[in-house]
Amino acid sequence: MKSDSRLEKVLTAGRFAVTAELGPPQNANAEAVRKKAQHCIGNVEAANITDNQTAIVRMSSIAAAAIAISCGVEPVVQMVCRDRNRIAMQSDILGAAALGVKNILCLSGDHQTFGNHPQAANVYDIDSMQLIAMVKAMRDDKIFLSGDPIKEHEPRLFIGAVENPFADPFEYRVMRLAKKVEAGADFIQTQCVFDIEKFAKWMETVVAEGLHERTYIMAGLTPVRSHRALQYMKTQVAGMSIPDELIKRMEAVEDKEQQKEEGVKICLEMIDHVRNIKGVSGIHLMPIGWESITPVILKRADLLPRPEV
Amino acid sequence: MIVADRKPLDEILNSIKDCDRIMLAGCGGCVTICFSGGAKAVQLLASQIKIARKKQDRPIEIIEVTPERQCEYEFIDALAEDLKSVDAVLSIACGVGVQAMTERHPDTVTLPGLNTKFMGYPVEHALWDERCAGCGDCVLEWTGGICPIARCAKKLLNGPCGGSADGVCEVDKELPCAWQLIYDRLKKIGKLDNLKKIREPKDWRTSTNAGQRKIKFEEAML
Ligand code: SF4
Ligand code: SF4
Repeated sequence: MKSDSRLEKVLTAGRFAVTAELGPPQNANAEAVRKKAQHCIGNVEAANITDNQTAIVRMSSIAAAAIAISCGVEPVVQMVCRDRNRIAMQSDILGAAALGVKNILCLSGDHQTFGNHPQAANVYDIDSMQLIAMVKAMRDDKIFLSGDPIKEHEPRLFIGAVENPFADPFEYRVMRLAKKVEAGADFIQTQCVFDIEKFAKWMETVVAEGLHERTYIMAGLTPVRSHRALQYMKTQVAGMSIPDELIKRMEAVEDKEQQKEEGVKICLEMIDHVRNIKGVSGIHLMPIGWESITPVILKRADLLPRPEV
Repeated sequence: MIVADRKPLDEILNSIKDCDRIMLAGCGGCVTICFSGGAKAVQLLASQIKIARKKQDRPIEIIEVTPERQCEYEFIDALAEDLKSVDAVLSIACGVGVQAMTERHPDTVTLPGLNTKFMGYPVEHALWDERCAGCGDCVLEWTGGICPIARCAKKLLNGPCGGSADGVCEVDKELPCAWQLIYDRLKKIGKLDNLKKIREPKDWRTSTNAGQRKIKFEEAML
């Protein structure tokens, strides 16, 4: 075992794994984290704690992760390269591990111009690839990026990365995934899958390259409440592929409550699809602002209770 | 070349509000080519300032000069005599010119009239694009001649971020994604293998992170 994480145990046991997203609040309210954590307790292997997502200032992901741990939820601490240099990142990696964090997800991060402090300087001292390699070297080689030894208590983290099968250049996406695996990504969570055909095509190449045997691929899924939310993602979020049929299907349902139900149904169908795609080891639910739907979806998808490992 | 842009007139007027006589100094180098600081720009700005000051009922006298390059001592030393009679210099050279004037003529205050933007070139008439951030350790050899430091909004060294779509950058739909350009270029020259290697973190000491940089050309030392 590389870490002592439940996520790692479930994946290495060959069980279909489930993670979900938990976004920290835009304030210092620990109770808000505890409340969201309730939807995750016992329902997922681990909860991703986002790191100032879309470049909007929120409670620190490591602080929120510590609160999640106190509720009995295993966190995946997300770490973006936008806001910290290599010194701050390594320091936070040590701090997170000391607080009991066992999983980390390395990302470049949404550019600051999207958020509420577009005036900020960006850091990008290292990129997500270099971050993955850095965490791996800290864990496996017990060295800092400088080469200095970590004499004892190296951070033992299960290392995740993201990949967007829908971004461009499409042909390069698998090569880049191979690089992330090479750098040390133990698991991969993908961008939200709505375009199941494109995802399946991408997975085919992933499997052809044997990458599914060197890392665990978890398909990202987002349940949506309305056709507007879908429309918004299609037009406003870079690198998203959303088939028009899906939007039409949601639109055809007039009643608001029933639209929500349709959104859940679509998500359930997606779960079904991705479970049957070779090389997919689990799902990562991202119910943006709708965390309470996580247990409902998992129950209806027959993914509860979670396996004992 | 260095590309610069004129500061808003109000900001310029405010910076010289206490002056009755100034020298407006352009530069015959880069900023002449990008229209912001050559002899013509000097003429135009001088008349704009004069008109504005006349309206305020506080006319101003302006000595107009455009040395061949404001960033070389030999071209600006000749201004010493004229400088004796002015309250300040308004420089419309790049930030380097402003500092050369300040250093060479310490008894006179030199004020900036331009915002110095970047190193680049005109990609079409009257449109300049940034190309180099002067990082001090050039990677163009393996990126196919396209710079990821100056042209990728995240300075990524290991391929495009997840926001690259349809060839444009997630930050601005008007900007091409540098990594799409790099990918296309390497594909064209048969060097896609360059992208397979994991590139190590950059040593930013060669860039603007370790204090002012200096270059000594030993062979030419006197
Ligand atoms: S890699 Fe550095 S030196 Fe080379 S073009 Fe880019 S910024 Fe300039
Ligand atoms: S879209 Fe392309 S240019 Fe823009 S930040 Fe991402 S990789 Fe860099």
